[in-house]
Amino acid sequence: MSQQHTPLWEVFVRARRGLAHTHVGSLHAPDAELALRNARDLYTRRQEGVSIWVVPASDITASSPDEKDAFFDPAADKVYRHPTFYEVPEGAAHL
Amino acid sequence: MYGNDFSGEDPPGGLLGEVEAAEAALRAAAERGRAAAEPGADLAAYFAGIVDADQKVEPRDWMPEAYRRTLIRQIAQHAHSEIIGMQPEGNWISRAPSLKRKAILLAKVQDEAGHGLYLYAAAETLGISRDELVDLLLSGRQKYSSIFNYPTLSWADVGAIGWLVDGAAIVNQVPLCRCSYGPYARAMIRVCKEESFHQRQGYEILHTLAHGTPAQKEMAQDSVNRWWYPSLAMFGPPDGDSTHSAQSMAWKIKRFSNDELRQRFVDMCVGQAEVLGLTLPDPDLRWNEERQSYDFTQPDYDELMRVIKGNGPCNRQRMEHRRRAHREGAWVREAAAAYAAKHTEKEKVAA
Repeated sequence: MSQQHTPLWEVFVRARRGLAHTHVGSLHAPDAELALRNARDLYTRRQEGVSIWVVPASDITASSPDEKDAFFDPAADKVYRHPTFYEVPEGAAHL
Repeated sequence: MYGNDFSGEDPPGGLLGEVEAAEAALRAAAERGRAAAEPGADLAAYFAGIVDADQKVEPRDWMPEAYRRTLIRQIAQHAHSEIIGMQPEGNWISRAPSLKRKAILLAKVQDEAGHGLYLYAAAETLGISRDELVDLLLSGRQKYSSIFNYPTLSWADVGAIGWLVDGAAIVNQVPLCRCSYGPYARAMIRVCKEESFHQRQGYEILHTLAHGTPAQKEMAQDSVNRWWYPSLAMFGPPDGDSTHSAQSMAWKIKRFSNDELRQRFVDMCVGQAEVLGLTLPDPDLRWNEERQSYDFTQPDYDELMRVIKGNGPCNRQRMEHRRRAHREGAWVREAAAAYAAKHTEKEKVAA
């Protein structure tokens, strides 16, 4: 009954110092503190992380329902943003 | 993962190697990319294209309704099995023969809970809520693996469950690491990596017992005798009687038939049993040179059906225990929710 109101949290784990937090999964918990503890028990039983973030899933705004669509089109025709677009003249070093 | 290999190194071609390969394939498929469906495109064709190219279907993609329903059913049953599967082994935590074995068994049973939660989370991405899933289990409208309706009568049973039951589960689950549905495939990769510890600890228990006193060896043999056929039945009915197989294969939810996986399991177990010095309880088990596989006696599928229908040795006990645990945990959930609500209120007032 009370589970009806147990929110969903997305879990991000930093595997080692120097790496970014990466999404590893989700879980249910009534509040942030329990979400953190549950995340520790669920996703880092084998020392998979040195830091955990939990975020209420309802607070995440997603770009689009289809993951990929016209939203990203503006970047599609701008190949000149990549260094490989440019021809480097023979003999030009350190470029 | 097999035999007496406890070095942590998996032999080439081992199941852990296959899990790694499935993970690499998942990354490679992601690298290949795929343009988004054009507005007004044929979504069914787009879906079929993803499946054909061995790429992953993700939660927000269009998918056939039957694909969604099949996955919910399969993933939920899998999750329920992990949760109910805690009971037969949990039965021995307080009576494990040493502190070491007790700590290992606790960790294993905790893993089963974790696997259940990974899988529930994967099922939830398909648009069903956790409460609905829990309710489907508690009301008996969804099933769990029939194997957990057998009792654990001796300590050796903890070993036999690890070796045979978890072994069969791994053979079943490794191909699921390549399932076309992304969240399920990713959950299975994680589960399979953890599961190999379960199988090895079981094998080690049996190996220790089989090389102990005659009474210990006898206990190990008795346990293998009882768990062998129910483990073979875990792969489901024979291909001819399997209702969901063909469509699931076409959708790449399933990669091999029940009979193919069962055969693979038998072929793996024979050598492992020899190293244990225990006998698999099948007088007709013998190498078939022509098929390059072992011939073996099929499990009793009538018994399997009886157990699935609710009439196995422990069905009622397992369900009653799960319902009671859920009921008796209600106050904890309510207290946590009340505490969270109180603090949300305070923040609102402060803000």
